[in-house]
Amino acid sequence: MRKFLFAGVATAMTLLALAPEAKAQTKQLTLCWAAWDPANALVELSKDFTAKSGIAMKFEFVPWTSFADRFLNELNSKGKLCDVLIGDSQWIGGSAENGHYVKLNEFFDKNGIKMSDFMPATVTGYSEWPKNTPNYYALPAMGDAVGWTYRKDWFAKPELRKEFKQKHGRELAPPKTLAELKEIAQFFQGRVIDGKTVYGAYIYTERGSEGITMGVTNALYGYGFAYDNPKKPYQMQGVVNSPDAVKGLEFYKSLYDCCTAPGMTNAYMQEGLDAFKSGQVAMQMNWFAFFPGLYKDPNVGGEKIGFFANPAGPKGRYTQLGGQGMSVVAYSEHRDDALNYLKWFAQPDVQKRWWALGGYSCHKAVLNDPSFPKSAPFAQDFLTSMGMVKDFWAEPSYAQLLLSMQKRVHDYVVAGKGTAKEALDALVIDWEKVFKEDGKI
Amino acid sequence: MSENTVPLTIVEHAVRATPEAVARRVRGLSDRAIAWLFISPTILLLLAINIFPLAWTIRLSFTNFRANRPNAKILGLGIANYVSVLTDPDVWAAMQSTAHFLFWTILLQTLIGFSLAWLVDRRFRGHGFWTTVILVPMMLSPAVVGNFWTFLYQPQIGLWNYAVQFLTGVPAASFSMIGSVKLAPWAIVVVDTWMWTPYVMLICLAGLRSIPGYIYEAAEVDRASRWRQFWTITLPMALPFIMLAVLFRGIENFKMFDMVNLLTNGGPGSTTEVASITLKREAFEKWRTGYSSAFAIILFVTVFGLANIYVKALNRVKSR
Repeated sequence: MRKFLFAGVATAMTLLALAPEAKAQTKQLTLCWAAWDPANALVELSKDFTAKSGIAMKFEFVPWTSFADRFLNELNSKGKLCDVLIGDSQWIGGSAENGHYVKLNEFFDKNGIKMSDFMPATVTGYSEWPKNTPNYYALPAMGDAVGWTYRKDWFAKPELRKEFKQKHGRELAPPKTLAELKEIAQFFQGRVIDGKTVYGAYIYTERGSEGITMGVTNALYGYGFAYDNPKKPYQMQGVVNSPDAVKGLEFYKSLYDCCTAPGMTNAYMQEGLDAFKSGQVAMQMNWFAFFPGLYKDPNVGGEKIGFFANPAGPKGRYTQLGGQGMSVVAYSEHRDDALNYLKWFAQPDVQKRWWALGGYSCHKAVLNDPSFPKSAPFAQDFLTSMGMVKDFWAEPSYAQLLLSMQKRVHDYVVAGKGTAKEALDALVIDWEKVFKEDGKI
Repeated sequence: MSENTVPLTIVEHAVRATPEAVARRVRGLSDRAIAWLFISPTILLLLAINIFPLAWTIRLSFTNFRANRPNAKILGLGIANYVSVLTDPDVWAAMQSTAHFLFWTILLQTLIGFSLAWLVDRRFRGHGFWTTVILVPMMLSPAVVGNFWTFLYQPQIGLWNYAVQFLTGVPAASFSMIGSVKLAPWAIVVVDTWMWTPYVMLICLAGLRSIPGYIYEAAEVDRASRWRQFWTITLPMALPFIMLAVLFRGIENFKMFDMVNLLTNGGPGSTTEVASITLKREAFEKWRTGYSSAFAIILFVTVFGLANIYVKALNRVKSR
């Protein structure tokens, strides 16, 4: 008897261990994104979708440090975890060419979703592959660009304003040019304010993923840097390492050397937020996505914080595009429901709520609304930035191109190896090798 | 229970519980066959998670396969990937960083570990407590160690810089251990030494404690000095254990990844980019699967070859 009881229990436990998970009776979609404030806003917003469609939303959020690793692995292994994926803009090329994302043209046409309803820069940056062709693989979801915050209260101190005016002959105000930015940074560098030594600027220097590239391009673009010859695609010699590009890189290094806090040799988004919130720096470079949270910060927010778009360089005013598009994963078993989520998200009233909750809408109904510039202290700067964005390569080999730039720029700017010209010359060689392997040159 | 019932052992329970059909089969098997039956699950597991991936990696190393392009045609490249790896200056730079890290960590851990073991072997009062305290760093996760040493090395708030300022007078904010090209390679050596010296200490302590006391007594009778005893008894007899510790630490540090990645990300620039970080970048960020497979095989052969030579030397020392 005991023998049978033991065998029965063992069999039951084995079956339980091997049995597949019981499938949920209710419909469910999984949305994958990075774990940050806008993702929390999307959770709140998505309750509306669930209420209207009856489809429950499950979310898979991963910290930025592991975001690319986690979800690119998921796509490459044809994983079924994600039905909807808000992937980085650089993934569009590889995901489109390798069949990870569903092409959305037919769906958009059938459901009256027009790309002309979204800001052109976001359509090009987040949705199209190849670029500047009407082939869409994502719906612009989260508009973003690099901007700046500054300590408005420090800028307002009468003694500092007087000293700055005497020294530079102009008012202490948000800079209009990169040269002015550096002057202001030098002015604050090492100064004691409220009993604490402060530093001029926080800029991106992160080595591991994309940080220093996302930072340096804000200087390079203004100096005339281009990724290739506009008349001859993938021709980079003399373009990437042009004399203007060299000056841009030298500027970024000079800003790093003169005006940053000690120890900021591998710093990206979170380190910038920490540096600014702890009152270490007068100006901080960071993504607009973080500005709502900074504005609400009890220590440095409210009246103490100001915002400005990336200043102009000698050859123009540009800023690095960030942001993501929302895609339907080709391996999803709930494709129709996922497409319905996109259809719901694209509605103008949903986009307005998205902005109100802290997401950055790309829809013209939101951005072109007359009340938009005054809807938040950073709204006008965001609008300005989205009109002057440039993006990194979105090729399928973008990761190799990005890692090469990370290495060459970090070697020069932070490690002080070689010259700016040598760094850019080496970068051209790296990039040419990648494109040769890809058969593009 | 009756007076005649004898409690059954576990083996006897198992024998009685075995179904007759199974028992008949097993009775027909030889001892060797039964032994194979018991170890076959382990062998299958080893084949699945060790041997098969190794064979597959060797195969991929001769192709242009990229894991992020599953639909692309896979072409055979011969030894092109191997040539590419061996002629890549970035790979050689990474190997140089690895060699620097390996040499200094092994040297420092062996010297400090052996010294600590020798001190603990004196069995002073409280040596048990101090042994436990010394072992604490080894019990931490490398990821945690990498993370909090990042804070310890911060020029503005880190304890390390303040300690250096206190001892040497050099201002704390004037240098950055992980931000300086000259200091970053030493920064990772310091952290690894802090973490793994206790491990070397334990192995050396086992060696010291295995030396029979009568040998020292005989030496004292022969009026050998302390230094003579150390040089002719302690060191030679502990040498196999020291060499074993060096072997283990060498293999571990050759493939060091997590602590260095968290501490410096391979920076500043590529100053501390050790071989495993380069390999990870090639394999899982650039998705050059064929190339990184060739790199991994080269690293494996290097470690395997060096370890073989070393073990032969170790065996010779042990047999003396």
